[in-house]
Amino acid sequence: MKNKIQITISKSLLILLVAFNYACNDDITERNNQFPQLNPTNADELAGTWKPILLTSPDEFPLDAPIATTLPAYTREINEIKSYQANITKDQQAIIDYWSVGGVLRWNEIMRTLVAKHNRPPFQNPDGTYPIPSGANPFANPEFPFSNPPYSARAYAYVSAAQYDAMIAAWHYKKLYNRPAPFVVDATLPVLIPKSSLPSYPCEDAVLAGVTVELLKLLFPTEIAFIQEKAEEEKLYRIISGANVRSDVDAGISLGKKIAAKFIARASTDGAGAAVGNQDLWTLLETQTAATGETPWKSLELPARPPMLPLFGKVKSFLMTPAMVVASRPGPPPSTKSEQFAKELAEIKAFSEDNSKKHQEIVTFWADGVGTYTPPGHWNAIAAEAFVEQNYSEVRWARNMALLNLSMMDAAISCWDAKFFYFNPRPTQMDSSIKTTTGIPNFPAYVSGHSTFSGAACTVLSHILPAKTENFKALAREASDSRMFGAIHYRSDCEKGLILGETVGNFAVARAKIDGAE
Amino acid sequence: MKKIYLGCFLLGTFFANAQTEIDAIMMSKNRFCVGSVYQYSSWDKYWEGTNKRENLNLGKVSTQSIGVMGNYGITDKLNVLFNIPYVITNASAGTMKGQEGIQDLSLTVKYMPFEKKIKNATYSLYALGGYSTPVSNYTVDYLPLSLGLGSQVASFRLMGDYQRGKFFTTVSGAYLFRSNVTIERNTYYTNEMHYTNEVDMPNVININARAGYRSDRLIAEAIVDNWVTQAGGFDITQNNMPFPSNTMNALRLGTNIKYTLKKIPELAFIGGTNYVIDGRNVGQSTSFYGGAFYVINFNKKAK
Repeated sequence: MKNKIQITISKSLLILLVAFNYACNDDITERNNQFPQLNPTNADELAGTWKPILLTSPDEFPLDAPIATTLPAYTREINEIKSYQANITKDQQAIIDYWSVGGVLRWNEIMRTLVAKHNRPPFQNPDGTYPIPSGANPFANPEFPFSNPPYSARAYAYVSAAQYDAMIAAWHYKKLYNRPAPFVVDATLPVLIPKSSLPSYPCEDAVLAGVTVELLKLLFPTEIAFIQEKAEEEKLYRIISGANVRSDVDAGISLGKKIAAKFIARASTDGAGAAVGNQDLWTLLETQTAATGETPWKSLELPARPPMLPLFGKVKSFLMTPAMVVASRPGPPPSTKSEQFAKELAEIKAFSEDNSKKHQEIVTFWADGVGTYTPPGHWNAIAAEAFVEQNYSEVRWARNMALLNLSMMDAAISCWDAKFFYFNPRPTQMDSSIKTTTGIPNFPAYVSGHSTFSGAACTVLSHILPAKTENFKALAREASDSRMFGAIHYRSDCEKGLILGETVGNFAVARAKIDGAE
Repeated sequence: MKKIYLGCFLLGTFFANAQTEIDAIMMSKNRFCVGSVYQYSSWDKYWEGTNKRENLNLGKVSTQSIGVMGNYGITDKLNVLFNIPYVITNASAGTMKGQEGIQDLSLTVKYMPFEKKIKNATYSLYALGGYSTPVSNYTVDYLPLSLGLGSQVASFRLMGDYQRGKFFTTVSGAYLFRSNVTIERNTYYTNEMHYTNEVDMPNVININARAGYRSDRLIAEAIVDNWVTQAGGFDITQNNMPFPSNTMNALRLGTNIKYTLKKIPELAFIGGTNYVIDGRNVGQSTSFYGGAFYVINFNKKAK
């Protein structure tokens, strides 16, 4: 009897152990590992004529003609490919699998990673003040940058816009020089990825790597080693896979770098460096709002932290003039002394107390706070997953990402303009009994950043993919609502934010209609 | 931007859960011991990775739990135990809302395959198999104020006990397999980006040693407990949020007392305290607990 029990127990324990070991080793499938190899349905052969963002023309930066494919030097480049292919290591195969999904997509993912990694507010000094990250001394404590939403919106925009211009230039020179791909020159050469019908000089992936690396060096200076490593992988992938010879790649890098320089020059004078402000400005914002009889915004952090990038509204947009920013600015929020305000505050207080699981899920899903890729990054992820299904060419990928990110940079500029023009308090500042289910952002409430980003992204993406309009609208609405459910924004912030987002999104849509891609 | 930079409290509840099963005491056949334990655990300093800090935006983070637990003797050598706590979390400063709700149900099978008396000393061995699972859909990705980590846990523990006269030593070691957890976000960053809502939870090794006085009426013991997260976890970076799959380690010292009433031998009271002396990605919590247990005898001809 006892023996039987012993055996039964031992057996059950063993089964449990095996079952759990199995259950716990269950591999997690990640969405971005499921993307197929890029095989564009339309090569967009005429993209060299599309309208660039910053370049005056696609050949603003010259590119030397390639050597003829009949020369022995070219044959030696083909031999390089063959020598790699003779012995492809596991690591090299992984590099091919990773990059062949698409260069614009992978660089966009890399950027999201860098944003998430650096999206951490500086820790306070012993005296309760806060140090400011410095691009001139990026490795100091705190590291540069603090990639908060405005910073990251601008970063995504610069990289995407520069990639788009670089792709137009690449397409221009491809057509101009019309150099056949190595697998066309040597029909015996195996190709490990879908064959492109386009001329191969310059290599589009190398142009992308060239332009992106230079911009990321500026935007994430502590990550240069990591960024370079990724670029080397992308170059290697093109050669091993048989898509390009080394001279296609070298030319691409050189062209990309030249284009990057123009964007870097713009970035250094667009006003972002001064957006943090100083004590005089922070005080002025408070006193000028108090002078209107309204309650000025106050940091709810301990110790109180200066507001996030109060002058970001003055950053130079790609698509809007300063006058257009002012003209798009929403009217004032309800006065804190008004009945309307009391009603909105009561609504948020009710959300803070509702303990709704559904609301909490929405709040958490859209929180995109510290340590995340921010709301613009979230919309980049949404866009990327929608674009993957479309099998775009690299130039169209770049164009669509540029439109999206230019509009979200404008959302950041316009939203920050409104926030610091009105400088109004968060719900918890007006009623300290309002507890929140996500962190309270350290800047004024009106209008909601999430709502503005989402309104802009939804407008642009709905233009690009009209069949998904309802889906994007629902996402934007939910992102906006999440800020009320989390008890950190009033209804006016969210509703007016969505409208402001739509307004600025339409500037990007207007451009989309005339850029030659539609 | 979120502005609250948080630590972790979770070990408090795990330890409370573990109290009743890690002792070398078996419920004899057909007896059912049922009781309730209240625990208050709090910290105002935590380890962000290995860096110990405070956070003015949290103040003091506290966890209260009240658990209902029971232990039934199937035979003298085989017991089954359960525990189900209701948990309330709170941060004394800042704006983040505390949570409350039922946390995880844990079930344990405790088996004593060996017991031998040699002269004045008794040696015994135990094997414990445990399983715990969340029983409410609490939000996991809300540290340090979430109610728990949301993982299903299978634990396997071996325990040895030595008693000489009224003095004893118990040493045990456990391996805890933790299932993936699902969070509300579909993308998260650990030390790399993950495009999924599933989180791989690192497993855990727990070592527990206790020694003290043990008689029929009174148990008084000192406890050392070490909770060590295995490979796969990661550290909270400066001013970042904690995450369920952080490496959470804690070395804890504690005391525990159990007293059985002379006049009502079915009724016993327990109480204790413990303190984290070293940790990683956890709060430096101090815990106090107290509870009562009652033994119901289902033997018809008992006494």
